[in-house]
Parts: sequence; structure tokens; C-alpha cells
Amino acid sequence: MTFDPTLAETRFGYGLAPGLAPPRSIDAMLEGLTAEDAMAARFPVEPFPRFFTRIGARRQLKRQMQTADPAQAATIKRQIKDINQSARRDYAAWLGAHILRRTHSPTAFRERLECFWANHFTAMGKSVPIKYGAPPYVESALRPYLSARFPQMLTAAVTHPLMLHYLDQKKSVGPQSHMGRTAQKGLNENLAREVLELHTLGADGPYTQDDVGQLAELLTGLSSEPDEGVIFRADQAQPGPKRILGRTYAPGMTDIRRALTNIALHPATARHISTKLAGYFLSDTPPDDLIGAMEAAFLTSDGALSEVYRAMLSHPAAWAGNAQKVRSPFDFVASACRSLAVGADAVTRLSEADIEDLFARPLEQMGQDWLRPAGPDGFTHTAEAWITPQAIAARLAWAMTAPQRLTADLPDPRTVAAGQLDDAALQAAAEAESRAQGIAVLFVSSSFQRV
Amino acid sequence: MEPHPTASGPAALVLAPAPGPARLVVIVLRGGMDGLTAVAPYGDPDFAALARAGRPGHDGYTDLDGYFALHPGLAPLLPLWQAGDLAVVHAVATPYRDQRSHFDGQDILEFGQTGLPSGTARSGWLNRVLEHIPGAHPGLACAVGTDRLPILSGGAEVHRWSPDIRLSAGDRLQSLCLQATAPDARMTAALRSAFATQAADTDPDRTAEDRVAAYVAARLNEDARIAAFAIDGWDTHSFQDRNFTRAMDRLTASIATLSTTLTAQSWARTTIVAMTEFGRTVRLNGTGGTDHGTAGAMLIAGGAIAGGRVFANWPGLSESDLYDRRDLFPTRDLRAYLGWILRNQFGLPASTVDTAIFPGLELGSDPGLI
Repeated sequence: MTFDPTLAETRFGYGLAPGLAPPRSIDAMLEGLTAEDAMAARFPVEPFPRFFTRIGARRQLKRQMQTADPAQAATIKRQIKDINQSARRDYAAWLGAHILRRTHSPTAFRERLECFWANHFTAMGKSVPIKYGAPPYVESALRPYLSARFPQMLTAAVTHPLMLHYLDQKKSVGPQSHMGRTAQKGLNENLAREVLELHTLGADGPYTQDDVGQLAELLTGLSSEPDEGVIFRADQAQPGPKRILGRTYAPGMTDIRRALTNIALHPATARHISTKLAGYFLSDTPPDDLIGAMEAAFLTSDGALSEVYRAMLSHPAAWAGNAQKVRSPFDFVASACRSLAVGADAVTRLSEADIEDLFARPLEQMGQDWLRPAGPDGFTHTAEAWITPQAIAARLAWAMTAPQRLTADLPDPRTVAAGQLDDAALQAAAEAESRAQGIAVLFVSSSFQRV
Repeated sequence: MEPHPTASGPAALVLAPAPGPARLVVIVLRGGMDGLTAVAPYGDPDFAALARAGRPGHDGYTDLDGYFALHPGLAPLLPLWQAGDLAVVHAVATPYRDQRSHFDGQDILEFGQTGLPSGTARSGWLNRVLEHIPGAHPGLACAVGTDRLPILSGGAEVHRWSPDIRLSAGDRLQSLCLQATAPDARMTAALRSAFATQAADTDPDRTAEDRVAAYVAARLNEDARIAAFAIDGWDTHSFQDRNFTRAMDRLTASIATLSTTLTAQSWARTTIVAMTEFGRTVRLNGTGGTDHGTAGAMLIAGGAIAGGRVFANWPGLSESDLYDRRDLFPTRDLRAYLGWILRNQFGLPASTVDTAIFPGLELGSDPGLI
């Protein structure tokens, strides 16, 4: 089995799109990852540092509130409300931008990878308005590193303000630090544990509770401020050397980065990341030799992700005929929009309520509340998780209604997703009694949902 | 506890164990329900100074027992109270303290742990219960609504359905969809189940709560024994009068629908628990609301309970009685009440309740709720 342009778009992208040429080779797919980011420029998402200033502005207002007279207080309250509401509105617009990037991208593999890594490095805000900061986090901390070396991406994600907030790192205080001795606060191991269990070595990886505790101590001091970004608070950091996975580190940013790099390049990390990537793209139970090839590429290239992707794409399993993966709800919706060639205007003109109606709520009903999985382990990308009665009912309900609202004229079902569907889908769609029904049948067909 | 059905007759066959008739519904109230507004301790000598609503005969409150009064939004449930089918558990909390985050508070409420579990170790306590019910099957528990209900997430399979997905596929479209998914057995089975559920849910005029509660009741009348759903809107930082009533109306409607849609036999074996991640501050804030607090109240309903009572070891409302000088003081772990419900409804041994279901729980004595 060798490279196939249609599979390159369906299995590693969002399907064939009218007017967009599929990649010609594996090299072209990989080159797409470092090409100029035309989609980000055309459908922008706010970078996190700018989003973070909203939090700073809100904090400033809260401070002013303490000394404000009643009239001023009313104004300040309105301003705070504006900050919260505009963040919520922008969050909806960013969801629209994410759909449009996938509808129009000539380098769709990049967008699929972004989804993979956003899920792998799940982070979200736990209060308003920072709960709307996940798209800016993905934009700034993950998207630039999709084909970088894994240590770079790990460091960007783990030391990111949103991650520090989400996994309670800012609250973690070294017991013997200045703050620990004076304020009687203590360690929080949440981030350290998730780094080892979820981000790098894996739940069955070769680490002990001592490694978690020592990494938690090393990470103390890591914090953030809206105007400064990530900072290191020496008065919060546990003094003394730390021993993690057999190596010794000293307190401070330099050794935090060094430790993350070493953990990122650990053989168990290579295996965990390779297994997860293969499981995401190719099969709920990926073959061992595929994982082995990716793992070897990871280790010999010092974690160069483009080499890991190349190893996956060069393996015969990547181009095998049988479709084994079920599209996630988000990929399902984005692929449908792509095959309908939904125009940019059709989404950018939508109100916040329309986005909620057409995308956010349906995704939640399909089992994938966008960028908000139940926990730091992210969504489980398996057929078992995605295909439940409720979720498939939600997919069908969306396929029956949303396409009509997103296109001026519904296309002839016989032309939609042409070349990607099996006879069962095509025959059923041909017998439908309306265009809308025919399109719903196509999208719910197993050959559209499985890639 | 009623014994599980056993084999009878001369052959004395050993049948596979089957779940008993006991039913449990858990309603997760997201946002932090203000227990002092729901069930006001007007008899507490320090209550009047708080300038809160709650005196019987004022603002629609009804006296319950000479000390506590019921919020007007709950008034439609007074017949249940009089019949002993409604109870209040007051001044209780999860083990969660001091941080007062919804996010973490709800995780602790739903995972049933003393602290926050991490990574892949997260499972809901109600899901863990399923592993201890004989003859559990995938339809035994249902998670209803679009809320993902971590309380029922975990290793045991549960039925999930959201009645607010308006699927109205006619017969013809149904058969075309089944034709188009024919190559995939999993998808076909899921679609068939979705179409069957759609057929059973035909009244378009109901409110969302009503549809959820009616669906839960219908499942419990059949082979389901455990159900969970969520009602949000309790985070009443401002204009509490209005916002609290809106949320309470939804809860009341849900319980009322359950009580009228469950058959008499089912209702007699049902316990409904409405619980929240934390209570709210005792004093009102500057915007007519309350902020995140500690202890709160649980509402319990159903024919299986010995209700018509407020269960509380009342901690008092003077400043020195409060937790952190601001919140109602928690006098018991709310998991102890849940644990006793599990013991008495499903016969779970104490040693299972305080290890597998609620690790670290001090179960204590039976409050006599069931």
C-alpha cells in the first residue's frame, strides 16, 4: 500500500474539497506543515499574550472597585461585564475560524495535527473570562510547534499560563520556600503528575511517586502574570537539588527546561507519543511494527515530530484500504463543511447565538464539547467513545439541518464528497426524497464517518 | 432492603443475579445552590440579622417544622413533604474546602474522593456503584441530557441519551440511513437505538427539564435502576431572588415530573438526591446575591425515604459559628448520607461504601433517611 492523494485528504485531513488539489506526495504533506500559515492569517485567532491582557485589565478593574464610590462602581461593573462578554463572543468566533481553516486549507494535515496536540495538551480556564482562552493557547503554544521537536512543544505547553492555571501549578508552593514557611502553603502535584502520566511517559511509564514529588518540587515557582507572561517566583520555589528519573536538577527556569527536555526525549515518551499518534490517525489498535517505526524515528531524530509523522506516513498501514477510524465530532462537522465548500462569509457573518446553535451545542451533543474535555486526559478518540445512540442521533440531527443554513443552495448530493463514499452511501442518497435528506444520508453514512 | 428476586420452583435453578427493584436518581445542581435560601433556618436566633428572606408567611415561604421554612419555588412539592416523600439534609458538604472553585468542587462531588483525582484515574462514584450491583447491564444506569455527567463516567458502561436532540427522522429517512451505514455494525446498532428512543419521545411541547425527567422516569419504569442528570443556574452572585427562583422552578418541575411519571410501584422504591458542589456565603453581598461558600443543603425525595424531616446537626449562624467566619459550617460529610442511601437501597456493604465508592469516608451512624 502506498501514498494515495484521496486517502491523504480523508484519513489525514478533512476530505476532498471542491477546488482544492490534494497533496501529491508524503513530502508535500510534510512541507505543508512548515509552509506559510495562510489559514491562520485568513481566519485569525487571537494570540494568547493579547488575550491575557484582558485578564490583566479585568484584575485592574477589580482593584479599582475596592475604592470606588457607587457611581464609579456601576461603571466598573459594566466594564468587567464587557470584558467577559466580548471574550465569550470572540470564543464563538474562534470556533468559526477553526471550522473555516479546515474547510479551506490546502494543507489540512496541519489542522488535524493541531487537533491532536490540542487534545494531548488539554488546558482550559476554570473561571470567566479565562475559560475562553483555550483557542488563543492552542494558537500560541501549540500551533507554531506542530512540526518542531517534541521537547519544544512540551516546554511551550507545560510552562504556558493557561496550563499553569488549569493544573494548579500557580498554587503550588515549596514547603521550605520563603512563601511556604511564612504562609503555610504546600505542594500541588497536579501538573507534575500529568506531565509524566499524560504528556510524556504515559500512565504505565517507568516513573515512581518519588519522581512525581521531585518534579512537583522542581516546578514550584513557575507562575504567570497577565503583563509578563510566564515568570519564575524564587520565593515560592522549593530550595535544594531534585532527582528526577535518575538525573539531578537545581531550582530555576533553566533546569525546569532541562528536565522537561530530558523527559521529552525519554524512550518511554517516544513510545507513548508514537502509540497515541498512530491510534489517532490509523486505528484504535495500531500495529506494533508501525509504532516501532515511529518510535525509532522519534529517538534517532531527538524528537523531531516531522520525522515521526514521516515514519507513520511511510508505513504501509497508513495507506491500507480498510478505513478503521471514526471521525471525531469536530472532524465530522469540519469535513462536512469542507465537502459542502461552505463559504467564509457563511460562517463569519454568524452571530454568537448562531455559532452556538450550528456548531457549539451540536458538538457537545455529539460528545465533544469543543476544547473542553472532561479532564486533562482529553477526549478518547475511539469508535467506542464516539458512536453511541445519543452521539449518532446528534450527528444525524446536525446533518439534517445545518447544511441548509450554511449554504445558499444545497448542492446535488451526487456531487458531494465524490470519490470518497461507498456504494451503500451513494445508493441510499440517490433514493432520498430531497437534496437535504440526501445530504444527511451521505454524511451519516459509514463511509463518510469512517476514514 | 428488599431481597433480590430468586429462583423458585422444584428445579431450584440458579439464575443469574438480577438487579433489585430499588432506584436511585441523582440530580447534580451545578453552580452552588444556596441552601439557606432553599430551606431557610428562620428559627436560628441569628437569622433575622442576615436580612435574608425566609420567615414563614413572608416572601412565599412555608413553615416546615417550626425552625426551617421552604422556598416558594419548592411549594409544589409540599404534598410530597406531607406524605413523607421529601426530606432536607442541611449543613453538609463534600470534603472540598477553602478553594471554592466550581470546577474542582464539582469534580470532588462527582468523583466522590477526598481530593482531586488526576489523569486517567478519574471515575464517577455512581459509575463505581454499578460494579457492585449484581446483574448490572448496560441499560441499568442512564446519564440523561447534554451534560457529560462525570458522576456516571468510568469503567462501567452506561446508557446516555439527550432528549433535547430533536431527531425527527421519518420512516423513509431512517431506512436510508440504516442502508448507508450498513457496512458498519456499530453505527447501525447505534442508529437503531436512536430511532427507537426517538419514537418513544413524541411530545414536542414539553420543556427541556420535563423531557429529561420524563425520559428518566420512563427508563426507571423499565429496566434502568440508576439515573443522573444536571440542572445548572445556581451560581447566584447577584439578584438572587430572581435567579434562584428560576433554577428552583426547574428542579421542582423535574421532581414533580418524576413523581407523576414513575408508576406507584417504581416511586415506592425510588430515592432522588439533588446535591450541589458547595453552599454559599451566609451574608448577602452588595449585589443582592451570595458568593461561593462551604456547607449547603441536599434535597431528597422519593417513596423509598422516611421524609417530612430536616436532617441537620445545626451549627448556628453567629459569626463564630461560621466556617471561615463567612460560610455555613459543615457538620457532616454529605457522602455519609449518600453512603447510607447506597447501603439501604442497594445493600452495599459498609466496607465497599467507604473504600471503593467513597474512599476515606467516615460513614458513621445511619441517619435514618431510608
